[in-house]
Amino acid sequence: MIVNRRQLLAGTSALAAAGLVRPAFAAGDTIKVGSILDTSGIFDAYGKPMDMALRLAVKEINAAGGLLGKQLEVIAYDTQSDMALYTQYGQQLTRQDKVDVVHGGILSASREAIRQTMRKTRTPYFYNVLYEGGVCDRNIFINGVTPAQQVEALVPYAMGKSGKKVYILAADYNYGQITARWIQKIVTDNGGEIVGMDFFPLDVADFGATIAKVQTAAPDLVIAPLVGGAHLSFFRQWAAAGMKDKIALASTTLGVGNEHKVLTAEEGDGIMVAYNYSQDLETPANADFKGRWAEEYGDANAIHEIAVSNYQGVHTWAEAVRKAGTTERGALIEAMESGIAIDGPSGRIAVDPKTHHAVLDVHIMEFENQKMKVIETLTQRQPIDTQSVCDLRANPDDNTQYEIQI
Amino acid sequence: MDLFAVILVEILYSIASLILISAGLAVVFGMMKVINLAHGEFMMLGGYATIVAVNQGVNVFIAMLVIAPITVGLIGLVVERLVIRHLYGRLVDTMLATWGISLLFIGLATMIFGNTTTGISTPISGFSVGTYQINGYNFFIILVAMVLVLGLYIVLKLTRLGLIARGAMQRADMAAALGYSPSRIYMATFFCGAALSGLAGAVLAPLVGLVPTSGGAYIAKAFITVIAGGPSLIAGLASSAGLFGVTSQVFAFSISPMAGEIALLVAAVVLLRLMPQGITGRFFKGKV
Repeated sequence: MIVNRRQLLAGTSALAAAGLVRPAFAAGDTIKVGSILDTSGIFDAYGKPMDMALRLAVKEINAAGGLLGKQLEVIAYDTQSDMALYTQYGQQLTRQDKVDVVHGGILSASREAIRQTMRKTRTPYFYNVLYEGGVCDRNIFINGVTPAQQVEALVPYAMGKSGKKVYILAADYNYGQITARWIQKIVTDNGGEIVGMDFFPLDVADFGATIAKVQTAAPDLVIAPLVGGAHLSFFRQWAAAGMKDKIALASTTLGVGNEHKVLTAEEGDGIMVAYNYSQDLETPANADFKGRWAEEYGDANAIHEIAVSNYQGVHTWAEAVRKAGTTERGALIEAMESGIAIDGPSGRIAVDPKTHHAVLDVHIMEFENQKMKVIETLTQRQPIDTQSVCDLRANPDDNTQYEIQI
Repeated sequence: MDLFAVILVEILYSIASLILISAGLAVVFGMMKVINLAHGEFMMLGGYATIVAVNQGVNVFIAMLVIAPITVGLIGLVVERLVIRHLYGRLVDTMLATWGISLLFIGLATMIFGNTTTGISTPISGFSVGTYQINGYNFFIILVAMVLVLGLYIVLKLTRLGLIARGAMQRADMAAALGYSPSRIYMATFFCGAALSGLAGAVLAPLVGLVPTSGGAYIAKAFITVIAGGPSLIAGLASSAGLFGVTSQVFAFSISPMAGEIALLVAAVVLLRLMPQGITGRFFKGKV
């Protein structure tokens, strides 16, 4: 197609005019909810359901009349599993789109890439993912479980079912290292003993030697904070060696990406885990949530732990906006710190004013027939790991991610 | 004593899996001098072919030993006809082209199967040796690797086809002068190489969680094994896999699995410093 100068000018000016008119028209009428997630690329298994959850929450709030008499508008960016794009889209959301709040970030690296931008532009930021703990920043709110919350619930139960000698197999990066240290502490506190500990780079997929080594140490229980597709091989090889019925197995990560549906029932049955959410939670709130999800998206299979966290993050923020009567940052943070809580699909989620982390229910579960069967619910667990290093009441200007010394 | 048996099985398994991982590459890179960076992805496709076939109700052994190699071999054939055949003798260009192909395969697999971990469970159950449990599937892998090495040896050394293939790889012009079409020999050899990669991906699939990017985990080990093996295909493969398998497992048992991985890499570096032509550049000269 050949475009002459006149057509080009006409076209571009119309485009420019459209660009100018739209924000002027939109401003003031809606509350802008920024979302920044990897909905494509290698982390899309986490990001896609999180995006679906955010949109579902916003839709529900809008259907109920919106907030402060305004409708919510989602401005979402797909970071394509590329950490560099977080910085770029983080700037765009805060400086160009001037959103009222940002929900998102998946990996800890992505959170740290945008956290300072959010802080500088004074945009309240909600990171709705389970992570290694220790972030202390008054501008951020985090509602995922931290290692202490999980381990503190899981370890005593698993030891009670098996015995006192524990072997740890962990992923070799900050999450695995920190979690392994917590496991060590809780095991010793409960009168147990660590008989061995091994760390694995994320691409190790052959665990034959490890399985033999574990047997020479003869533990009663193996706890495995292993991460990702390659590490899933461990659970498969463990079962293939016939170890499953000999030594009990627990994990702090298996199931977050719905791995219990990937392992067969023979491979998975009996593995003990502890999370904030399971699709198999038999509560009216969860049944209701799954119903709404299925109505929106056809079926409820995609739901996982962090999708629910994202859903609850949006509702917690909405609750705070209602309470504050404004989306303005100062008033919103005060409302959040007033001990606000919502009842979500995973139970009650309250904001801990001291750390901006969550006080939440932890459910101890066992894999059974490719499901996570809830055995026991520990209600309203405090984020004790972050609480030990972070006090935003005393130091409101704190802006660090602490490495928690145990 | 029981522990000794367990360690022995693990070492044999480790050698066998290195042979499996490297065999396809040994044919494509060692014989044809095509730096196939898509080798890992051929293996990944073999894994997916198996899983799809098993989910369709095919017997798992038929899926692994027949369907996966043929599927991946055919994919390799298409790749050879469309891309590789234009690049014979251009080492660096094949590297770039096959890297592109590997990215393409990862993308396609992600589109078709999604970016989630899948897998099938092992068809052979574990059993106990004294107080220890051993993965029964290890023996299957060891068996497949042994049959593979033996089969390769017979084909290359004792059959006319193998002779023609080896001849064409050494002097394509002479082979052509004797009435054989090098283009078709290359094609057939590449098919075999791809099929071997598919086989390896297939038999290892029940032991791992498969994702579209799984191939990346194999490629480094495969290249290290083939390069350290040197010019002889089978003797090189067996000797370097043997050396690295023993080294990595001994360190994995005595220190940690991490130390095993490091020991393998250190052994490779030292070996190539002492023997730049690979093991068979110095020993077993002139063997297949």
